[in-house]
Amino acid sequence: MLSMLPQVLVDGLTLGFMYAVVALGYTMVYGILEFINFAHGDLFMVGAFVGTEVLLTFEALGTLEGMNPFVAFFITLIVAMAITGALGVGIERVAYRPLRGAPRLVPLISAIGVSFLLQDLVRFSEAIYRNEFYLNSPQLFTGSLELGFATVPQKAIMVMVIAIVLMIVLTLFVNKTKWGIAMRAVAQDQSTASLMTINVDKVIMLTFLIGSSLGGATGVLFAQNYGTIDPYIGFILGLKAFTAAVLGGIGNLRGAMVGGVIIGLLESLSGAYMGPLTNGAFGAEYKDVFAFSILILVLLFKPEGLFGEAVKEKV
Amino acid sequence: MPLLELQNIHTYYGGIHALKGLSIQVEAGEVVTLIGSNGAGKSTTLKTICGQTRARQGKVLFDGQDITAMKTHDIALAGIAHVPEGRRIFPKLTVRENLEMGAFSVTDKSVIDEGIERAFRFFPRLKERINQKGGTMSGGEQQMLAIARGLMMKPKILMLDEPSMGLAPILVEQIFEIVTELNREGMTILLVEQNANQALSVASRGYVIQTGEIILQDDARELLSNPQVREAYLA
Ligand SMILES: Nc1ncnc2c1ncn2[C@@H]1O[C@H](COP(=O)(O)OP(=O)(O)OP(=O)(O)O)[C@@H](O)[C@H]1O
Ligand SMILES: [Mg+2]
Repeated sequence: MLSMLPQVLVDGLTLGFMYAVVALGYTMVYGILEFINFAHGDLFMVGAFVGTEVLLTFEALGTLEGMNPFVAFFITLIVAMAITGALGVGIERVAYRPLRGAPRLVPLISAIGVSFLLQDLVRFSEAIYRNEFYLNSPQLFTGSLELGFATVPQKAIMVMVIAIVLMIVLTLFVNKTKWGIAMRAVAQDQSTASLMTINVDKVIMLTFLIGSSLGGATGVLFAQNYGTIDPYIGFILGLKAFTAAVLGGIGNLRGAMVGGVIIGLLESLSGAYMGPLTNGAFGAEYKDVFAFSILILVLLFKPEGLFGEAVKEKV
Repeated sequence: MPLLELQNIHTYYGGIHALKGLSIQVEAGEVVTLIGSNGAGKSTTLKTICGQTRARQGKVLFDGQDITAMKTHDIALAGIAHVPEGRRIFPKLTVRENLEMGAFSVTDKSVIDEGIERAFRFFPRLKERINQKGGTMSGGEQQMLAIARGLMMKPKILMLDEPSMGLAPILVEQIFEIVTELNREGMTILLVEQNANQALSVASRGYVIQTGEIILQDDARELLSNPQVREAYLA
């Protein structure tokens, strides 16, 4: 049983890094607006579809075969990030900004509406365009690395490398650049930030741009790693990434990253070991229960999360 | 033409009529103080100038343009630095980052560095604490940082909302010395205070505000010896 542990950890880390990057989108927006962008998981889904459509188009044109897989991958990633980033900014503009200042529940309901809208739009357009809305993504990386104790598929390495690069770039941006510091300033005190000539609306747009494009990038990673996508993949994955953000301390970037990896590992471990440990009473099909039990436990006993502050000051 | 002029300003909070036809002028190079007791409308006046609350009636003119309806960040960009009541330091940014945010509109890196050096000259204490988080500093240090942060944008006018509030007498003394020194270097200052005695001794002119109205305005020296002022604010 223990012999499969390295494999389980590799799978868990791959999954966890995806949760981590999506969790960043939730936590960034929450940090500034104290608002849970329920449609964020669906931007991830749109990213997966955009990326897959790009690859399918290359394939149809016959260019994919001769292409360096890394080049194809980066083009896919860039296109998906650009489109989901722009989509996120547009959604903020039409569905959230007009509701700023309304009671908290109102933008939340708007976000749930946007979430359904995105799912149905993707389903509808794929149904028209391809007659089906389940897509199989062309696979760019099919080899794997034999480590002896575990097999690491190339695509999983790509997932982890890209996720880590995205997290490092975001961390540097937020800590070292003028607009990144402005983002933190706006999260701490919007009205004072505007006294410093900071255009708060622009900072919020930037937050949605970055968060959404990170979500879109993860969609591409997901499609590469699991092959099949549908318009509803954003829901469960979004909820788990949100759980990761809460576990880490919502609003806290480092917390989202650590929380994502923890949730991914737990899910993988429980999927592998719950069946054997309970003599088959609970199998891998219950692995999702873990993530959400964690959500409930965190909310009950440590609502500020691993890295959050006990009392959130908000003037 | 005055650098800053408020013409017949009426500001409301819902049904509360906070400013009732307020008119104020500040000439370039002056220190003008606005004194009054709790709830008189001093902070509301500054907030109305920088667009954090909106005048329902009246005009705010600054440096030849009508800024009444402009966005807060654009008003700041026009050259108004507002050091708000309660300091409002970004608690989780370091001292340096707080100063850099003050200079958000400045694109020239060397100008920012000069600004930081200048802030250290005025407030040597900040230099030792450059990497400390703003929220962990003492009240006095936070006030120094707030003023230094306001100066970073190279404003045409500096508006200070009760900078002496909650500070030990020595620090209060120091803050008023810095006001004088900044003014000597040419800075125009609008100083809101409850500490009327000290405010009037550094200002050239003063306004007394009571329940949203200016009830007195005069040279600072005249106000200091005005029996009405002495009784209400200098007792
Ligand atoms: N956000 C607000 N909502 C409702 N009423 C407000 C608000 N802010 C201020 N007021 C009211 O407006 C009036 C003026 O308040 P303001 O803060 O301008 O007074 P102040 O002169 O700055 O007083 P202090 O010296 O205590 O700071 C007060 O009656 C106050 O209660
Ligand atoms: Mg006040």
